[in-house]
Amino acid sequence: MNFMASKQPENSLLGPEADSQRTLYPYVTGTSVVALKYKDGILMAADMGGSYGSTLRYKNVERMKAIGKHSLLGASGEISDFQEILRYLDDLILYDNMWDDGNSLGPKEVHNYLTRVMYNRRNKFNPLWNSLVLGGIKNGQKYLGTVSMIGVNFEDDHVATGFGNHLARPILRQEWHENLSFEDGVKLLEKCMRVLLYRDRSAINKLQIAKITEEGMTISQPYSLKTYWEFSAFENPTQGAVGSW
Amino acid sequence: MFRNQYDTDVTTWSPAGRLFQVEYAMEAVKQGSAAIGLRSKTHIVLGCVNKANSELSSHQKKIFKVDDHIGVAIAGLTADGRVLSRYMRNECINYSFTYESPLPVGRLVVQLADKAQVCTQRSWKRPYGVGLLVAGLDESGAHLYYNCPSGNYFEYQAFAIGSRSQAAKTYLERRFKNFSDSSRDNLVKDALMAIRETLQGETLKSSICTVAVVGVGEPFHILDQETVQQMIDAFEIVGEQEGPAAEPDAAAAAAAGQEAAAADQGGSTEEGVAPMDI
Repeated sequence: MNFMASKQPENSLLGPEADSQRTLYPYVTGTSVVALKYKDGILMAADMGGSYGSTLRYKNVERMKAIGKHSLLGASGEISDFQEILRYLDDLILYDNMWDDGNSLGPKEVHNYLTRVMYNRRNKFNPLWNSLVLGGIKNGQKYLGTVSMIGVNFEDDHVATGFGNHLARPILRQEWHENLSFEDGVKLLEKCMRVLLYRDRSAINKLQIAKITEEGMTISQPYSLKTYWEFSAFENPTQGAVGSW
Repeated sequence: MFRNQYDTDVTTWSPAGRLFQVEYAMEAVKQGSAAIGLRSKTHIVLGCVNKANSELSSHQKKIFKVDDHIGVAIAGLTADGRVLSRYMRNECINYSFTYESPLPVGRLVVQLADKAQVCTQRSWKRPYGVGLLVAGLDESGAHLYYNCPSGNYFEYQAFAIGSRSQAAKTYLERRFKNFSDSSRDNLVKDALMAIRETLQGETLKSSICTVAVVGVGEPFHILDQETVQQMIDAFEIVGEQEGPAAEPDAAAAAAAGQEAAAADQGGSTEEGVAPMDI
């Protein structure tokens, strides 16, 4: 056994050189993703911004992608890690298709696969710095779930990542109901995205809404929300706040 | 088959393009005691003959639960069968853990076949000496597959393997067109009839056979001896009494299942095997 000349183990907690092998902090990040179940499937919204710290550097980043025939993945957090995840899923779907039998991986299976990946990376202290939203519909069964960078995962009728958790979910809890029509679903998502646009510094006014139904996935062209900045509360924002300036 | 100079190694081809070792492995399957399987659109039934070596010993386990939705019946070298069942269980459990979803039986069968193929192409290995009847459910419904030591696999509506399986196959060939829409209970009845065919006159009792069922909404499980005996009694009564009055009684007994059959149990076993009309 040659201890002296041993190489630093891959994801060691010791030593500065080993740190270049693992994720310490994110660089180019996407902000919130919001999604909900509606009558025919899942609706998901995300803006097209890629921030470099506090700079809104990239404004044409598609943060939602179709996975196979039945699923839709949206991600916030480190964009390069999202691209890596897409590569893993590409392989997964490819091998699934290569079986060429009547079976295919549905959204539940993809969600659980991602949970395993995220949790395993977290255990190696080398996380994929993303919060993922996985939605889809297969054989009439709608599915919507989320996985965080530490492997926390759950399913719900409506989910959000990042700031969306704080600003969008309360709205969804109040206003979501079963069997929303497509128009109502989009209106509800736009309401959430508008609040995020007003209050999240890393949000930009260029978003896409994706929908996935039994027929497949469609993603809208990028568009902007109408905003109104003439509210009197915006003129003197700290008027009523004690201690603020 | 006779011995020849090309049969020592699995990696030696004969001039006629045969791998004798693989064929000898398939012979081993024919020597094992019979196992049968049949399926409808929603259920699959596996059955096998369990003969113990002596009165003192227990019989060998030939039907294995692989997962809630997959089970396997084996014929041939039971040790090889046990090892392959463990492999199958492992694959199912790993898939379930990663995807929270049951492994489609069609994929498991291919993995099993590929594993068997490896043993036909390595000089330091020998083929598995066991045939497997794999019963399972996947997205497209109920399936029954037969995996061969050669690494081939086939899908069947009904099949039988092992010694005297030809008798069971003949019975199944006559009836298989009805299996698709058969009820679960009739499927079990047909399985028991097929098993009986391989016994060649010996009385069919639940102590010498094992039956297992898997279906949509019904996880794979082996039927207990009592239930099997009751079903045997139910159809043996139908076989004996040809009169129309007797038939509704027997049908009612089969439907009620428990009380009537239990009452008749003493009578029918004493009278022995009823001759089949068909």
